[in-house]
Amino acid sequence: MSLEALQDFWLTYQSTVAFVGLNGLLALSVYTTLSCGQLSLAQAAFMAIGAYASAILTFHTQAPFALNLAVATLLPALVAVPLGLPVLRLQGVFLAIATIGFGEVVRIFLVNLDFTNGALGLTAVPQRTAIWMIYAALAAALFVLWRVRGSRAGYALEAIREDEPAARTMGIDVARYKLAMLALGAAFAGLAGALEAHYTFMVAPGTYSFTRVVDMLVYAVVGGTGVFYGPVVGATFLTLLPEVLREVSSRVGLQPGPLRLFVNGLVLLLVILFLPEGISSLPGRLRARRRARREAHAA
Amino acid sequence: MLLELLDVRRTFGGLAAVDGASLAVEAGEVHGLIGPNGAGKTTLLNLISGLIPATSGTIRLDGVRLDGLPSHRIAALGVTRTYQNIRLFPALTAADNVLVGAHLKRHAPLWRRMLFLPSAAAEERAASEASLALLERVGMAERARERASNLSYGEQRRVEIARALASSPRVMLLDEPTAGMNPGEVAAIADLIRGVARAGHSVLLVEHNVKLVMKVCDRITVLDFGKVIADGTPAEVASDPAVIAAYLGGEAAA
Repeated sequence: MSLEALQDFWLTYQSTVAFVGLNGLLALSVYTTLSCGQLSLAQAAFMAIGAYASAILTFHTQAPFALNLAVATLLPALVAVPLGLPVLRLQGVFLAIATIGFGEVVRIFLVNLDFTNGALGLTAVPQRTAIWMIYAALAAALFVLWRVRGSRAGYALEAIREDEPAARTMGIDVARYKLAMLALGAAFAGLAGALEAHYTFMVAPGTYSFTRVVDMLVYAVVGGTGVFYGPVVGATFLTLLPEVLREVSSRVGLQPGPLRLFVNGLVLLLVILFLPEGISSLPGRLRARRRARREAHAA
Repeated sequence: MLLELLDVRRTFGGLAAVDGASLAVEAGEVHGLIGPNGAGKTTLLNLISGLIPATSGTIRLDGVRLDGLPSHRIAALGVTRTYQNIRLFPALTAADNVLVGAHLKRHAPLWRRMLFLPSAAAEERAASEASLALLERVGMAERARERASNLSYGEQRRVEIARALASSPRVMLLDEPTAGMNPGEVAAIADLIRGVARAGHSVLLVEHNVKLVMKVCDRITVLDFGKVIADGTPAEVASDPAVIAAYLGGEAAA
C-alpha cells in the first residue's frame, strides 16, 4: 500500500477508529456496574452530564482541556452517589427501570434548561479531542478494571454477583461496593461523553437517549461480561461491522441502513443463543472443544 | 457467655417461626440446636446472622447487640455461617471461595495493587496460602482449583466450612453440615467440628443427625414450634420427657 493510499484510508476511517475507542469506554461503563450484578441504565445520563459539563466549561472558561475532562469524569461520579444510595436497594428489573427514569429526568432537564440551549443543544463545541486521548482513556479504564480483578475488592465483587446474601454474611459491605461501581461506571461514561462532545463538535439531548444505553448494553453482552475486556471486544466488533457491511452492501446493491439494523439484531440473537458468555469467550471454548476431541481420540 | 439470645421472636404473617427463644453459647463450646422440621432452627440462624430482622428480643455477642445490625457488620463482629442449602459462589474455585471468606481478615489497599507494590503481591500470596491451608484442614486441598459447582455435595459442604472459618470467627453457625454425606464423611466432619472448637471458635450446630449431635456437642438446645423445650448436656436432653415426646419420639422410647 502506498503512502497516499494509507493517508486516504486514514481520512476515511479515522472517525471509525475514534468511535471504536469511545464505544469501548461506554461498554466498560455498563460492564462496571454489571460486574457486581447490577444493571444500571443511567449510563447515557452520566455521559450527558460529562459532555455538557465539559462543553460549558470550554465555552465559559479558559480552563485547560485536561481540567475539563477531570470535571467531566468526577461530576457524574458525584451525582451517582446520591442516586445510588436509594436506588441500589432495588434489585434486577426494578433497578433497571429506576435508572431509566433517572436518564429521562436528566434528558428532560437538558431540553428545558436555558444554559444547555434546550433541544438544540450546544453546537460548535471546539474540537479538542485527539484520537490518542480516547485510547489513553480506554487504556486507563482497562487498567483499573484489570487491577481490580483478583484483588480483595475484585473477589468481593464476584461474590456479590454470584450470591448477594452469602457475600453479606462473609462481611462484605455490599451497598458500598455497589455504590463504588456505580460511581466508577458513571466516571467512565462522563469521560467518554466529554471526549465525544469535543470530537463531534456538538452536544444535544437526543444523543443521550435510552437507545444509546441499549447500544452500550448490547456491546457488553455481545462481547461478554465474564472478563473485563469482553465489552471492548463487543464494542469493536459492532462498531466495525457497519463499515464492513457498507462495503458489502454497495457491492451487492442493497441499502446499507436497513441491512445494518438487520445484521446487528442477528448478531445479538446468535450470540445470546450460541455464545451466552459473549465473543470474548470464543477462544476458551474452542480450546476446550479441541482438548475434549483430543481426549476422545486418546481414549 | 459469648453469644446470648434473649426472648427472640420472629413472626411471618400470623405464624411465629421463632417464639420467644433464649439460648446461650459459651466461648469454645459446641452448642447443638435440634428440633423437628419446621421448629425454627434455620430461622434462628438467619436472625443471628442478620439476614432477616427479629420481630422482638435481643441478640448479643460478648455484650454487643447484634439485632438490628446489617449482616456484614455482624460478620465483622465475628459471626459467620454455612447454609443448609449450600451457598458457595458457584463460578469461583474452591480456593477462591475461601479467599472471599477471608475478606474481613485482609487489609490490602487497592492502590498498592494498582502500583504493583511488592507488599500487595506478598499479601495476596499469604492470603492464598492461608486459604489453601484451610482447604487442607477440611480435606479439600487437592480439589482447590475446581469450580465450586463441579464439586460433590459433601465436598461443597466442606468448602463452605472452610470459607466460614477463613475470617477466624468467634462463633460459627453450621446449618446441617452433614446433610447428604456418607457415614465416613460424617465422622470426618465430627472431628473437624471438635477441632474448630478446640482452636477457640464456638460453634452453634443445627443438625438432624442425632448421633452426631450427641457425640460432638457440649450443650444442646431443643426447639419445637419456635419455643425452647429443653436445654442442657446431651445426656440431660436425651432423657428429658418433653424432648422424647416432641422429637426423639419412638426411637428413643424403644
